[in-house]
Amino acid sequence: MPKSIRVGMSEIVVAETLDILVTLGLGSCIGVCVYDPTIKVGGMAHVMLPDSSTSKEVTTRGKFADTAIPDLIELMQKKGAAKHRMLVKMAGGAQMFAYPGMSPQMHIGYRNAVAVEKALSALGLRVSGKSIGGHSGRSIYMDLATGTVKVRMLNSPEIIL
Amino acid sequence: MIKDLSPMQLDAIREVGNIGAGHAATVLSQLLKQKVAMTVPRVNILPLPEACNVVGGPEQPMVGIYLRVFGDAPSKILFLFPEDKALFVAGLLIEDPDKCRNILGELEVSALKEIGNILTGAYVYAFSDFTGLHMISSVPAFAFDMVGAILNTILADLGQMGDYAVLIDTRLIACDLSIDGHFFLIPDPGSLTTILEALGVKNECQSPSGSECQK
Repeated sequence: MPKSIRVGMSEIVVAETLDILVTLGLGSCIGVCVYDPTIKVGGMAHVMLPDSSTSKEVTTRGKFADTAIPDLIELMQKKGAAKHRMLVKMAGGAQMFAYPGMSPQMHIGYRNAVAVEKALSALGLRVSGKSIGGHSGRSIYMDLATGTVKVRMLNSPEIIL
Repeated sequence: MIKDLSPMQLDAIREVGNIGAGHAATVLSQLLKQKVAMTVPRVNILPLPEACNVVGGPEQPMVGIYLRVFGDAPSKILFLFPEDKALFVAGLLIEDPDKCRNILGELEVSALKEIGNILTGAYVYAFSDFTGLHMISSVPAFAFDMVGAILNTILADLGQMGDYAVLIDTRLIACDLSIDGHFFLIPDPGSLTTILEALGVKNECQSPSGSECQK
């Protein structure tokens, strides 16, 4: 019976057991899932903000897209994952609250999504599946036996990435 | 420092919360034309990630009304209600039973935003009056979703640190029904110090010797 491993805000978790990595209630944050199907190693990062350079001190590297992504990939490689085999999926980046007069480019979810994809492509990685944006919170479940990522929202059908 | 508030500092905040609740109850009573009482059963300081556990886990669906407070002590304010309670509160304001459906439609959302506005206005007024700080609130924003998603969006909105929230539990009693809502005051980094200073309890932190701690 696979157990659920919770990935909290700003956390990065890499596992080689056949469990399920779970992040519940993602709003504007992004869950980044990386999987190496050959050796069945998977990792998840819960990114909250796009850019660490705007912060005075970076105490949690997992919080920012530009620091969390390289760390996640490095942790994967330490477990034997190879970059050319990695499958990358991402979900989240919703705009939970709509303010009148606020452009979509301003909201943090959108900026997070852009920053995550930028950090990934800087490492030569491409996103193979994503569920990004909208106005709904998401919970994501990554099955480490298969690499499939289930995305659940409150009032819409489940999405499989 | 925010997590190390002394009982005296918590009391000071609870007192402001009580005064705010008093104002809010008066305004709501007038608006709803019936007796509304509000109490503040609990004041707590907690890390934001833990805030979802207080309200039933990150996937718990909740109605959230979110406002920003500008001025001397910039903060965020969030009200959380369970869906059924939110519908009940909205129904009180809408009055017309024909118009009142059991879904969160445009009318209900608008009513809830207005209630959030009124409650926030009352709290902000109490805070301003009590502390002498200049505060003004934004227009309300609404979300109905998993509480974890609501909270982590607000946390990200805070930008950097300031990962603690002052939770002022608020109980609303109307029509002999008690509605437990959660009122979160999330001070921006630095704002809580300003608030405590204005309340005159800035240096009342807890220290083993009982002496006042140094700033």
